[in-house]
Amino acid sequence: MLSFIQNIGRTALTFLSALGRLTLFSVIAVRWIFTPPYYWQQLLRQIIDIGYYSLPVVGLTTLFSGMVLALQSYTGFARFSAEDTVATVVVLSVTRELGPVLAGLMVAGRIGASMAAEIGTMRVTDQIDALDTLSTRPMQYLVAPRLLAGTICLPFLVLIGDVIGVFGGYIIGVFRLGFNPAIYLSRTLEYLEISDVTLGLIKAAVFGFLIALMGCYHGYHSGRGAEGVGRATTNAVVSASILILISNYLVTALFFGV
Amino acid sequence: MTATPKIELIGVTKTFGDNAVLKGIDLQVAAGESLVIIGTSGCGKSVTLKCLNGLITPDGGSIKIDGVEIFGGDRAAMEDLRRRFGMTFQFGALFDSLPIWENVTFRLRQRQKLTKAAARDIAVATVTDLGLAPHVIDQYPAELSGGMQKRVALARAIADKPEILLFDEPTSGLDPITGGVIDRLIIDAVQRLGATTVTISHDMASVRRIADKVAMVHNGVILWCGDVKDMDKSGVPEVHQFVHGLAEGPLTQTAAPAQQGRT
Repeated sequence: MLSFIQNIGRTALTFLSALGRLTLFSVIAVRWIFTPPYYWQQLLRQIIDIGYYSLPVVGLTTLFSGMVLALQSYTGFARFSAEDTVATVVVLSVTRELGPVLAGLMVAGRIGASMAAEIGTMRVTDQIDALDTLSTRPMQYLVAPRLLAGTICLPFLVLIGDVIGVFGGYIIGVFRLGFNPAIYLSRTLEYLEISDVTLGLIKAAVFGFLIALMGCYHGYHSGRGAEGVGRATTNAVVSASILILISNYLVTALFFGV
Repeated sequence: MTATPKIELIGVTKTFGDNAVLKGIDLQVAAGESLVIIGTSGCGKSVTLKCLNGLITPDGGSIKIDGVEIFGGDRAAMEDLRRRFGMTFQFGALFDSLPIWENVTFRLRQRQKLTKAAARDIAVATVTDLGLAPHVIDQYPAELSGGMQKRVALARAIADKPEILLFDEPTSGLDPITGGVIDRLIIDAVQRLGATTVTISHDMASVRRIADKVAMVHNGVILWCGDVKDMDKSGVPEVHQFVHGLAEGPLTQTAAPAQQGRT
């Protein structure tokens, strides 16, 4: 019984300690975002990497999700003669939920992993120590630009993903399900409110920050050797994905009814 | 009255978890002197080197540069201090994502406004001094051989003319000829800069070439320290075994310590 309680206590302490380290890491990193010198070249490189090179994967994901959503919602709504709401369901689902979450999860897989692997490799090959010896703060040079780029880029990616996802629904609605194009478009816009889109973009910014934070944190504290970097990469993707799902609920609950 | 040592370590201790790596390191290095630290793997040589420029904070003891304690000040003071150091790492630690010219001029470009053309000119001058072709500056570290990477790492360390140079196994992984060339480049660069150097090395041929003074670390303390020419007649069995690479003797291999405490 005593060892059971000890285990619970040890687990709780380990969790709180990890949470404390992560919080401290986040606070330090965010502080460096606003402190000169600013590494514009690093920021630009990250924006291109996150924003530009993630476009194909986000575009494909949202395109097919929009298409599947149109088919599935048609199947369901046809059972109680509500087929004409397909366009509205597609646009609201994509902008409020599917766009940000799917884009976030895909970017977490792509960018979270690459950040953890890159920074982890820098850690195990002494490149982070080398930065220190060259009078450059690793948190400011490596972490701050990635956090900023992630927070900036995800909303843009999601915005483009929203358009592509809705377009996917339009293709299915018009060419497969036989909707009139003009009516489908008018249904798409009729019930869409600006707050639907902004909610999705707020989520995207939160997800972008969390993805970059997890990638940097696990890479920065990577263990030794290839195994350590591999574990850091896995942890970055898994923790970012879980945090995306948790924060998705929290942000949705916060803005519920808006 | 004796001159203040350039570098002075007094009773430096460091423990990682339950592993006491440094148990009281005492060392003095005079200005312009070349000290080489030797010892078996995991004995604390690299930890000592990293304590010297603040990459690792010791648990106890004192480290002074020009008689001034380096720990206890704020982060800015440590950064000022680091500007006086140049360091090369065992595996180069060149930045993979940057071309060679950006690697070599990295610190210069952090400290002063340099145009790209000026930085490239400095990089060309530095790498050619070290026997590399000028076109190398546009290549990336992964495109270079191990010997060339060591030269670039040396170029990066000396580009802004530091007072103190730290070398972590500068010839490890190199063939004897390339190792000899690197040693010659180090000696030339150090003489040109008038720098004080602390080097870690397992390569005894290299030690004999570059050292003025040798210190052997064992069990977290300095077991022997003396002039390089006295190394063979130290009378210390551990030094004798290490210098001659003997399998039998008082020294046994110890595991490298796990280092913790980042950020």
